[in-house]
Amino acid sequence: MSAKLETLSQKLQDRFGDKLLSTKLALGELTVEVAANDYFAFMQTLRDDADLSFEELIDLCGVDYSTWGDGAWTGKRFATTVHLLSIAHNVRLRVRVFADNDDFPAVDSVTSLWTSANWFERESFDLYGIAYVGHEDLRRILTDYGFIGHPFRKDFPISGHVEMRYDPDQGRVIYQPVTIEPRENTPRIVREDTYGDPAHG
Amino acid sequence: MADIRNYTLNFGPQHPAAHGVLRLVLEMDGEVVQRADPHIGLLHRATEKLAETRTWVQSVPYMDRLDYVSTMCNEHAYCLGVEKLLQLEVPERGKYIRTMFDEVTRILNHLLWIGCHALDVGAMTMALYTFREREDLMDAYEAVCGARLHAAYYRPGGVYRDLPDRMPQYRESTWTSAKKAKELNDNRSGSLLDFLEDFTDRFPKYHAEYHTLLTDNRIWKQRLVHVGIVSPERAMQLGFTGAMLRGSGIAWDLRKKQPYAAYDKVDFDVPVGVNGDSYDRYLVRMEEMLQSNRIIKQCIAWLRANPGPVITDNHKVAPPNREAMKSNMEELIHHFKLFTEGIHVPPGEAYAAIEHPKGEFGIYFVSDGANKPYRMKIRAPGFAHLAAMDEMAKGHMLADVVTIIGSQDVVFGEIDR
Repeated sequence: MSAKLETLSQKLQDRFGDKLLSTKLALGELTVEVAANDYFAFMQTLRDDADLSFEELIDLCGVDYSTWGDGAWTGKRFATTVHLLSIAHNVRLRVRVFADNDDFPAVDSVTSLWTSANWFERESFDLYGIAYVGHEDLRRILTDYGFIGHPFRKDFPISGHVEMRYDPDQGRVIYQPVTIEPRENTPRIVREDTYGDPAHG
Repeated sequence: MADIRNYTLNFGPQHPAAHGVLRLVLEMDGEVVQRADPHIGLLHRATEKLAETRTWVQSVPYMDRLDYVSTMCNEHAYCLGVEKLLQLEVPERGKYIRTMFDEVTRILNHLLWIGCHALDVGAMTMALYTFREREDLMDAYEAVCGARLHAAYYRPGGVYRDLPDRMPQYRESTWTSAKKAKELNDNRSGSLLDFLEDFTDRFPKYHAEYHTLLTDNRIWKQRLVHVGIVSPERAMQLGFTGAMLRGSGIAWDLRKKQPYAAYDKVDFDVPVGVNGDSYDRYLVRMEEMLQSNRIIKQCIAWLRANPGPVITDNHKVAPPNREAMKSNMEELIHHFKLFTEGIHVPPGEAYAAIEHPKGEFGIYFVSDGANKPYRMKIRAPGFAHLAAMDEMAKGHMLADVVTIIGSQDVVFGEIDR
């Protein structure tokens, strides 16, 4: 598997050169990063080139890096991560593209290349607020009708902002501010590299 | 001249054939569907966001609540993802147990699917037969983990515990006479493996009954043949995986192509369809059940002959046993750290996919080295399949929409997540 990935990695290097911002082979998976401007053309080549032929877009999702490593992150905030699968060559590839603007993240849509990207991009837009330029039907998909905000962003609280209940006085369902107290049973901890290492003492 | 109007029809979210909470907005021209717009998310629980606030082990039971008819397969993908990040090897016996229960799960899933699909299309009796067999397999679930549905049996590093030596027994009660109880306990006198072997011997006969009821049934064929045809090229474009892709004639099975657990050590065939219609997908799934049965038999034989550990002995991942914990300081510390703080997973990212009964079920992790995932993405097969609803239903009659939903085998727990 890893020999196959090395060949693929080499092929991509030769083909795209400095267009690839980074290429990383780890844990038996190949990850490449491209700039938002080159993204669409890059993806098109990945699909159409007989040498690469990634026929299937398996997954596309947004990631919000703002609190990565408890403040260790200095790069751009929003990324779209795409998992591609080549059935002909039996190989997978992960492509990451960071949205240039943190306040209004936007990335080109790949729905014209893979139909399956349609709902995945709608989901990423819904949950992270990443706009997909060129998507024909960019509606919310998972959240409620009339939902405000993008719930998977790291600054969105886990219990949300509003809750819904039936109000017997008004005889209808109403929204009100959440009454749940947020609690954390096990705190989130990032340990130093040498933690638990017997040699470290 | 008659006044012709187009209708917009709401199918669900409370329709019995919608398999859960699907709201389908259909634009109709008479009886013919012009556009199908599925509205999903009515069961959205933000599992992925919840996982960011739970430790790596605490999220395992959430996996059960995704596709609630094939719970152990969901856990399997999750555990593979964690193990990939930790670069952890699972003991051989653990791998075989996982393989066996993945296949038990596949049969469970397909039995529910064929029962409900047939029920939707009009063959009432099927559900009664398939639920009879599901009962036995759920008893196997119960024996191994204590729960009939939400198993929480797989753990990062292996499985929670070894297979039990004895099966739970029926007892005489107001509802069960002594004679009946004895009869019911007949195949439960041995271990779980004996019980499962007995099932695998009986299953081909049951399977033949389903074929008799459906395969050449005139009504069944009228409702399924040439309904929802997807060409191989379109199937790849639409992100199909699993039986949906194989029904369209592409021999793609992760168990063969990118083997995990013990799938490279067992023999089985991959059935492939020809026409890509609902009937082919039906035949593919039917044959898959027999192949699963074959795999289970091989796993039983191997598990009988090879005792051993079922979970890793790395105590930074799996807890030490209680006896060792009470006599050994080191183990006590491990135990305490594991249950108060959890596993620490090195920074990085990993995508682990398995051949789930419904297609490719993948988990994508981003870790920043904390005791909780930084980001988890669940790649649900049903999500991509349901997204193809519009294309598959266009130009078909209203009644065919029910067939197409059935043949997609959708479960809303995983689609809405």
